[in-house]
Amino acid sequence: MENAFVQVQGVSKWFGDLQVLDHVDLAVAKHEVVCLIGASGSGKSTLLRCLNMLERIEKGDIVVDGQSLTSGKVDVNALRRKIGIVFQAYNLFPHMTVLQNVMLGPRKVRSLSRDQSETIAHELLQKIGLESKAHEYPDRLSGGQQQRVAIVRALAMEPELMLLDEITSALDPQLVSEVLQLVRGLTEVGMTMIIATHEMGFAREVASKVCFLDGGRILEEGTPEQIFTNPTELRTRSFLARVLDAEKMA
Amino acid sequence: MHALHQVLHTFFNPHSFTLAMPDVWAGFQVNLKMMFIAEALVLVFALMVAIVRGLPGRGAKPLRALAIAYTDFFRGTPIILVTFIVGFGLPGLQLGFISNRSFTVYGIIALTLVYTAYVSEVFRAGIESVHPSQRSAARSLGLSYGQAMRYVVIPQAVRRVIPPLLNDFVGLQKDTALVSVIGVAEAASLAQQFSTQNGDFPSYVVAAVFFILITIPLARFTDHLVAQREQRERAQAF
Repeated sequence: MENAFVQVQGVSKWFGDLQVLDHVDLAVAKHEVVCLIGASGSGKSTLLRCLNMLERIEKGDIVVDGQSLTSGKVDVNALRRKIGIVFQAYNLFPHMTVLQNVMLGPRKVRSLSRDQSETIAHELLQKIGLESKAHEYPDRLSGGQQQRVAIVRALAMEPELMLLDEITSALDPQLVSEVLQLVRGLTEVGMTMIIATHEMGFAREVASKVCFLDGGRILEEGTPEQIFTNPTELRTRSFLARVLDAEKMA
Repeated sequence: MHALHQVLHTFFNPHSFTLAMPDVWAGFQVNLKMMFIAEALVLVFALMVAIVRGLPGRGAKPLRALAIAYTDFFRGTPIILVTFIVGFGLPGLQLGFISNRSFTVYGIIALTLVYTAYVSEVFRAGIESVHPSQRSAARSLGLSYGQAMRYVVIPQAVRRVIPPLLNDFVGLQKDTALVSVIGVAEAASLAQQFSTQNGDFPSYVVAAVFFILITIPLARFTDHLVAQREQRERAQAF
């Protein structure tokens, strides 16, 4: 792809003897929403963590906004300012209030003043209807609330790319939709996103491209219509069949 | 019955008890001074050693090795020996400023050297107990290693280790009595003086009571802090 915002080229990675990524190629353009689907252990999380250099790649290259991550000259903190990541386990800082959690990035990384940081944080919390929880500690919030705070904590950095790593997988089912609603809003304003998810319905709705990962490789890639209605690979079919079965039972 | 009476008279004789108090109290003020200064110094230095111990990268290897050597040496050597080395050795060097301090100062130095080593291990355990996902989350926001440590990891680490930390401080408070071996005129040595002059032992009990009087509030304060913190940090997702 010409001028892709993110270009993953032939990336391979091992954890000891286990190969977790196997010659992965992926291109993501600005404003694209790419959904990664696949079983646990298929490499989705690892791929996302390689994109912001939480994990190192052993073969291949990743180019983000024109910068190669394997060049050895990367300012990793500057890269991470551009990329927001939200984890399955929310990872809010428990010793800080909700407001302080959201303010930390703007204050210490973007070096904004306390007032500016507070304003940004309050606005974001207002947008997600959690303004009233600003001075609470994370342990007082539900999982869905904590995850939404985690999302706006990442957004407070005004990233150009958002990586979402199965952010609803740890939530009670009734809390999932409020989080998906927030993510839907982000896709509508054109945020470039790579989303690892088990929520097939959601992926179908928001993705411009869906990638099925299996054993560390992208087995199949296409539009949601192609992947969900008419997958070509056998393993894609059986994965989708299993997932849809599970959804029927739930 | 006679034995009980003997015990009561030898250790708890009210007359001697009251007589010993002013002397022992004068000595105990030296203990208090040593413990407050040493505790403050230990808190700062121990955190520094713990941080150096955890510095990443090949370049920091000599620093890490130094930190390990320091903690190994001062945790492995009896405090009384360290006290002798500092209290008799430093003056023996005859090197101007460092050889002319008071015994109390040497006592503080010895206590600080030893307890920094113990407390740095406590801090290190605390730092390592903070889940790596916290570090990942902090670094993912763009915080540098130093910023992530300062704003996210260390605040959590320190809160977690308050009980063992205060436990070590109780140890330090008691060990201020040990430095009497280099001639510091603190509670234990003054109790001993009084005992020799008076021919009985209530002065020792007086000294013990003084120590207990500051240890117990510290223990209750620890309990209070732990309960407070537990409330706040109970629900992290994983």
